[in-house]
Amino acid sequence: MTEKIINVKDVTKHYGEVEAVKGISFSIKKGELFGLIGPNGAGKTTLFKMLLGLIRPTSGTISVMGSDVSEVWSREVRAHTGYLPENIAFYDHLTGLETLSFYASIKGAKRSEIAELLDLTGISNAAGRKVGGYSKGMRQRLGLAQSLLSSPRILFLDEPTTGLDPEGIGAFYRILNDVKARGVTIVLTSHILKEIQDRVDRLGIIGGGKLLASGSVKELRSDLGLSPVLRLTVKGNAEGLQRAAQKSGGDVQSFEEGTLLINCPGGNKMEVLRALMKEDDAITDLELLEPSLEDVFMGYASEGYKAGGDA
Amino acid sequence: MSSLSLVTTVAVKEYKNSIRNRWVLAVSLILAFLALAISYFGFAPRGETGFGGFDVTIVSLASLVTYLVPIIALTLGFDTIVGEAEGKTLDLILTMPISRLELFLGKFLGLSLSIITSTIIGFGVAGILIAIKSGTDHLGDYIFFMLSAILLGLSFLSLALMISVMVGERSRAIGLVIFFWFFFVLIFDLILIGLLVSTEGKVSSSLITALLYANPADLFRLLNLASIESVKTAYGLATVTEGRAFTQPFLYAGMLFWVFWPLAAGFAIFRKRSC
Repeated sequence: MTEKIINVKDVTKHYGEVEAVKGISFSIKKGELFGLIGPNGAGKTTLFKMLLGLIRPTSGTISVMGSDVSEVWSREVRAHTGYLPENIAFYDHLTGLETLSFYASIKGAKRSEIAELLDLTGISNAAGRKVGGYSKGMRQRLGLAQSLLSSPRILFLDEPTTGLDPEGIGAFYRILNDVKARGVTIVLTSHILKEIQDRVDRLGIIGGGKLLASGSVKELRSDLGLSPVLRLTVKGNAEGLQRAAQKSGGDVQSFEEGTLLINCPGGNKMEVLRALMKEDDAITDLELLEPSLEDVFMGYASEGYKAGGDA
Repeated sequence: MSSLSLVTTVAVKEYKNSIRNRWVLAVSLILAFLALAISYFGFAPRGETGFGGFDVTIVSLASLVTYLVPIIALTLGFDTIVGEAEGKTLDLILTMPISRLELFLGKFLGLSLSIITSTIIGFGVAGILIAIKSGTDHLGDYIFFMLSAILLGLSFLSLALMISVMVGERSRAIGLVIFFWFFFVLIFDLILIGLLVSTEGKVSSSLITALLYANPADLFRLLNLASIESVKTAYGLATVTEGRAFTQPFLYAGMLFWVFWPLAAGFAIFRKRSC
């Protein structure tokens, strides 16, 4: 699991005066599901295209499967990667089967793979129909199927679930998990955090052309020092509770209409909780709110703004 | 996979697409209908109708083809790259183990095949009917007419591919299609005539030759109007088009050059293009 399959070092990309990517370094481990997250215009797509060898970085190096792709993409590397562009429109007049056969010929994939992939992505029944008549969800499944031709070692998926309904998103990730189980490294982008936070192994947060942070969801949370919040429903003025919370290192955020919010920084939530329990006759209900990745993302995104010096 | 089979794979896909969306059928029907209508009504000014021979048909048909075939070829090819760029399939295919040259050539070959098929079917069917009704006089000229019509189509297809890699959006490509068509088919000859009139014909014949070679539509006209002796005299072309530069082999070489250079220029642009 520790072998690095993608290594990005000090990569920048300038378009004339515009600096789209301002020195990004990170690596992705073999077999990992890695999510690149960032708002539109953050440099996500530019970085993704450089990873794919579609555009060259202005400076820095990118190695994929041990070969430097910042200069030339070898056919060997190309043959072992799969890609699904965002919002792809396939050839309307070809059927699903013909579309896959076309890409299979170009990638040099075996014919037998096609039926298997149609099966895996659940579009076997529509294989004989023209792609022009496919729903968005079916197009994305076809897109995933083509990306899996010739048993890729790395999959690049750009906003793969955009436009899918919740059911379609669930189905998409179920297929992705099957793929991951085969040992395929998957890199995907998204701007919807809720959707991917429980589904990726690690995340890279991009904003303003920089990698603001990377790591697992847990690491990102503690790095930013976001702490869990206790929400108590209380009787009376809760003075005793507030005092107890403060003594044990808790931080009272607010007290309104019988709801007390206590911030527990630095991993001391159990201490705070024990102190509060001594005053438990005032508490009628208790909830623990873990900071969501959304909060982490918003935190980083605003830090990025500050770092960039504009708002 | 070998380069050749990659080129073939792309060509077959493009060709299949032209057949699937009925482009080949539609163009074949249009060309056949035009050839038959012109042959049948060719004598109408004399108050007669009925199938005319190949010579009469070629003369009228050639001037129509000069307008029609360029726009058909331009519309066939103008979005082949820019359209795929907009639909993101260009990004996708360029991450696959195929070179830009293989992709570009494959597209040109597949679309060329669409033009060749529909020209042969359209004018071929009409030609068979004309031969049955009016005999096979000038059949050879008609076959050369078909060949030159194909080359005219291919040269404008080359231009279309060049347009397709020059722009980032389909809408701008459409603008260029209209511009190229107007320029080569309508405006160019007006400029030529204007030049002749304003200088009272005192233009060096080598300049005129160069200008005629600078337009594939003019080369096509020359091939079909100047190749038949009676027509040549009737159009007053005899004096302008004397010399070796206006013999068939040179004119055909000129047309081939017009198929080649926009394609080469297009590829040079495509190679540098970021998706």
